[in-house]
Amino acid sequence: MSILVYTENWDGKFKKLSFELVSYAAAIAKEMGSSVTALSIGEVADNELNKLGNFGAAKVLNVNDSRYNSFDNRALSMAVASAAQAEDAKVVIFAHTNLGKAIAPRVAIKLDAGLVSGVTELPSNFSPFIVQKKVFTGKSFTNVQVDADVKVLTFSQNSFELVETGGTAEIVAFDPQLGDDIFATSVKETNKVTGKVLLTDAEIVISGGRGMKGPENWAGLEEMADLLKAGLACSRPVSDEGWRPHTEHVGQTGKIIAPNLYFAFGISGAIQHLGGVSSSKVIVAINKDPEAPIFETADYGIVGDVQKVIPQLIEGIKEM
Amino acid sequence: MKILVLINNVPDTTTKIRFTGDNTAFDTTRVQWIINPWDELALTRSVELKEAGAVEQISVANVGAQITEPTLRKALAVGADDAIRIDAEPKDAFFVANQLAEVAKDYDIILAGIEASDYNGSAVGGMLAELLDFNSVSAVSGLNIENGELVINREIDGGSQVLSISTPVVLIVQKGIAKEPRIPAMRGIMMARKKPLNVVAPADADAKTTLVDFTLPPPKAACKMVDEENAKDLVALLHEEAKVL
Repeated sequence: MSILVYTENWDGKFKKLSFELVSYAAAIAKEMGSSVTALSIGEVADNELNKLGNFGAAKVLNVNDSRYNSFDNRALSMAVASAAQAEDAKVVIFAHTNLGKAIAPRVAIKLDAGLVSGVTELPSNFSPFIVQKKVFTGKSFTNVQVDADVKVLTFSQNSFELVETGGTAEIVAFDPQLGDDIFATSVKETNKVTGKVLLTDAEIVISGGRGMKGPENWAGLEEMADLLKAGLACSRPVSDEGWRPHTEHVGQTGKIIAPNLYFAFGISGAIQHLGGVSSSKVIVAINKDPEAPIFETADYGIVGDVQKVIPQLIEGIKEM
Repeated sequence: MKILVLINNVPDTTTKIRFTGDNTAFDTTRVQWIINPWDELALTRSVELKEAGAVEQISVANVGAQITEPTLRKALAVGADDAIRIDAEPKDAFFVANQLAEVAKDYDIILAGIEASDYNGSAVGGMLAELLDFNSVSAVSGLNIENGELVINREIDGGSQVLSISTPVVLIVQKGIAKEPRIPAMRGIMMARKKPLNVVAPADADAKTTLVDFTLPPPKAACKMVDEENAKDLVALLHEEAKVL
């Protein structure tokens, strides 16, 4: 019996999120008297796979096969389910990412398992198995009881501290033996975001709203983002107006993020916007309207003109 | 091509979230119900494709009690040809996907929203694909049909891709699939009254999960204010007090 964690890679590298997942899995394994097997799919070098051991993986199943680079949902779910069966996994953990959300439900059906998506905590109870997740887009939490032998979880990033164990993992090649006909997704074109901090990875996010007055006023936010290695985001009106790309839209219908620090410049804080950012550890609001609802959610605030405040913040950051 | 759009009936996104029964159930009093925002975009794109002649028929389906019918009527008013309501209280994603599997197998394309704005499950589309043994693509932000072939844009973690895939397929869609949700016109609302809304008895299926109780996030401490003239002090506070810089 084991806890299986699917550690996604990005062009052959793991991210902090992968290690966070292994740490989370290791904490569950400890409670259940089990051990963690990490599953890596794609082309990842052994020295990279070894890093998973340092966060508590006892074993790494390595599916080194370039056919999975097309992210075919059916093939990936077959691979994960066969690893789960081979390892007799009682809990299978994914990241709550685009890919995790795509394949976890398929794997849950294959394993006749109960699925809880977007978990934020360790299970509060193991028999019955009860774990907390966010509902109503961060406006509430619920405790979910899983009434199935196998549990599948997708884990919301930035919810668990990394724990370095200093351990090493046994790396084992694994072949789910899928025929070429299973890989139905035919990728024509891939555009990777390069040279920018990804919004969903960023520990600091700088976000602008309608109060920025126009796309020509973003230079200060871009400079701050460069200085702090932060991701850039915006509110829905800003992406609807075409001031910024819709990939930067955070909020209920855009991206849901949970950075350590979120700056809201000229964002009034509509309930739909807050739904996408309310899990941030610290929220800073700069708005000229002292009645703006964002100040009810923010930890720090400045009532004032964003264009006067931004240069001062940049100066302060440079002096830090 | 025949499209089925899965329609979830959810509280309006501005709803104040409250619970009843000692925090064991969502309080639905005075709640306005709407089409789940992503499902509405999926439906809008389907109507655009039908108007362009690439799709012959659009059906919508929902698992829910009679109170969900106004939401299905709205979907018909937006442009769906017929609606299916599976007459059961949705227990969990596994239960819902099993119900939908009974009515979904004859469609070429099934569209599901990337999540529901109430329970944020992101599960029904993927589960349905697996139950039907269909291909699936998630985080779809664009769909075109060119000479009967599907051309799909999807977001991956850290970029985007253009791909093709054969039907039947479940596409799990997000923002970008359509620009703006379509608002039903008066003519559409009139026509919707005459369109078929078929009520189907539920299939035997269990749930695999139960929601035990709900909690609201703890109230936030008051916002610490810094003067506009001393904005630099904010940097010091974030560095020394909050320790996030």
